Amino acid sequence: MKIKIQRESLVEYEVETQDSTLLHVLQTIKTTQDATLTYASGCKSSICGSCAMRVNGTEVLACAYKVQDGDLIEPLKNSPVIRDLVVDMDKAYSFNAKAKAWQNSLSPSTNLTQENEKINEIQSDCILCGSCYSACPVYAVNEEFIGPFSLTRVWRYVSDVREKDSSQKIETIQTNGIWDCTLCNECTLVCPQDISSKADIEKLRSKSAMSGYSDPNFASSFGGGFGGSSFDGSPSF
Amino acid sequence: MKNDVLIIGAGGAGLVAAIHAHNSGAKVLVITKEYPTRSQTSMAQGGINAALGNAGDDSVEAHVQNTLKSAHGIANEEAVRLLCESAPEAVEWLDSIGVCFSRTKDAKIAQRTLGGASAPRACYAQDYTGLKILHTLYDRCLSLGIEILNEKYLLDYIIQDGCACGAIVLDIRTGEVETYESASVIIATGGYSRIYDKHSTNSSSTTGDGIACAIRAGARVSDMEFVQFHPTALKSSSVLISESARGAGGYLLNSKGERFTNELAPRDEVARAINDEMQRGENIFLDIRHLGEKFIDEELPQERKLAKLYENVDPAYDLIPIKPVAHYTMGGIEVDDKSCTIVKGLYAVGECANHRVHGANRLGGNSLLELVVFGKQVAENAVEYAKNFNKTIDDSVQLQDDKDFISKVKAFSNEIDFYKIREELGDMFYTNVGISRDKKSLKSSLVRVKELLSKIHLMGVSDNSKVYNTNLIEFLEFKNMLELSRLVLKGAITRDESRGAHFRADFPNEDEKFKMHTIVDKNGVVS
Repeated sequence: MKIKIQRESLVEYEVETQDSTLLHVLQTIKTTQDATLTYASGCKSSICGSCAMRVNGTEVLACAYKVQDGDLIEPLKNSPVIRDLVVDMDKAYSFNAKAKAWQNSLSPSTNLTQENEKINEIQSDCILCGSCYSACPVYAVNEEFIGPFSLTRVWRYVSDVREKDSSQKIETIQTNGIWDCTLCNECTLVCPQDISSKADIEKLRSKSAMSGYSDPNFASSFGGGFGGSSFDGSPSF
Repeated sequence: MKNDVLIIGAGGAGLVAAIHAHNSGAKVLVITKEYPTRSQTSMAQGGINAALGNAGDDSVEAHVQNTLKSAHGIANEEAVRLLCESAPEAVEWLDSIGVCFSRTKDAKIAQRTLGGASAPRACYAQDYTGLKILHTLYDRCLSLGIEILNEKYLLDYIIQDGCACGAIVLDIRTGEVETYESASVIIATGGYSRIYDKHSTNSSSTTGDGIACAIRAGARVSDMEFVQFHPTALKSSSVLISESARGAGGYLLNSKGERFTNELAPRDEVARAINDEMQRGENIFLDIRHLGEKFIDEELPQERKLAKLYENVDPAYDLIPIKPVAHYTMGGIEVDDKSCTIVKGLYAVGECANHRVHGANRLGGNSLLELVVFGKQVAENAVEYAKNFNKTIDDSVQLQDDKDFISKVKAFSNEIDFYKIREELGDMFYTNVGISRDKKSLKSSLVRVKELLSKIHLMGVSDNSKVYNTNLIEFLEFKNMLELSRLVLKGAITRDESRGAHFRADFPNEDEKFKMHTIVDKNGVVS
């Protein structure tokens, strides 16, 4: 079968294979045809998050995707390509720190129930493969957007009963964060771990509302359109 | 500015060390050839041992005795006691930083039984234990502002007047050779199971770089011949299926559908039993169908996903074809009770080190534990040492040497395709240095490895790019694995007995006179 790989230019490779993962095919090309082909990989079992890339426009883990004849392989979007299928994830990863996606203080000897644990079980399955940042149309146009996996990680800690003070996290995600998401759900569709960052963002919105925050877009358009100082400065409702 | 502690490797061991070194007031820098969350630790599934007694009676003493028994006489009891006694505190610490452990009905950390354990002792997070621990450690590092540099490949430690004071690395992205100076160095680079190439559960990055560099720097390694074969890897892909599947009641069956061994014996015994069946022409299967779909989805979700994806079977309804493959390397850099090598300032922790807690065969659930317990201990010792460090570091000669080395490697003739040799080495090791070994095949393997080492300049790279040259990195990794292969073979040939994971068909019994460690340096077997 033939596949095309987006390198500096589009390169076509012919490989003999059936029922092979894309990672296996890439390894075969590299070790038998063209040692310059460049991609990242690690565990070959869908857990290290190294080999996310796009096939026919959709994000996949190369080690979890079975190759089809005619497939077009491209690097992830929205992160700088270093070479061929390898992108620089440093910027996307930096949002975890920016969003303070960690437990604020140590929490010794808290008894968590099974229900407590289930709250963020799936969020803590995240492998940081970056597929969601590649698929995110908001991150595509706003490079300061605290994107899907970081917001999921914020929810993972905010929802954890061991987190005693999530106020800083909630404050941090008000700007370039939860309210900028369009809830398009692209992140959910491409997540290899079946995590829905969109759903987590909605939960963070509710949590924010309970903490007294509101949607700034809504407030400004509402305020700018109806009330505000263009009239007499007093609320018009 | 110079660092107090330089940590090479950002898996579980490296990140635990980083957190504790930072908390001790040291300036810490972590360097990894990948990204931290891509490390081998993410692949640990089964659990982390601690005698909490949350799911049944247990005691630290039982944990100690189980570990010693599985180690077949060559663990250091003092180190094992430290490991097991520190275990409850280690798990409590992980819980306190936010690791999402599975819970019991009465709101305690859930525990399950792994092979060789007399009680349900492994704390777990479904079958994503390593992933969740690693990511939480990473988040903790971020919270402390610990500096981590990604995608830098270790070339050598900086050694001056017999002391380690930094490392020379190849920046994978730019292709530049760089130096990072520090008062002490902690090696946390993982094991060497990828010598077995496709016959290993491990990440393609588990190439033993830090161990090979330690040998070159004058440190010693020990017990390299002890390689653990995990009984249950998927047959066609070598992808790991956790021991917890058997801990929960899974059976091992042969082609006739018969059970043939105690599924919860230590890994060396189970792997040998499977190997014996396979030698008789049997295909071997793991059967967890009777556990039920609901249980599998709750406790073993990853196993189901992996079996479907990589073996085209659904464990809830089908038998899972399996085989034993290389999984964990007990041997590693020889360290003292302060986790220090014989090179001053050079410390080691995690799978790359030999703390003599696993002996001839590691128990499932003890490796995650080891990295938490000794990660803390190594950090404290490295920080203490760094306080008295007052050398002026001059790494100019070594830097030039490593730059020259890279240029030289790029100019190697590349007449012999190292990718083919890498595969050949893996196949040869699986056959000759695998679950069952004998002197003749070990010796012929050593002859071949020596021959390959002498021809390394005839191998090389065809990619001359400076930027992200994985052809070059893979060659450097291969060279390290080839150097370590020689040491594994030397140990295996010297040890004319069978002990734990080292089974010699020509010497099938344990021999008291070999109840000792095989210690090797770059000049050969030391003792």
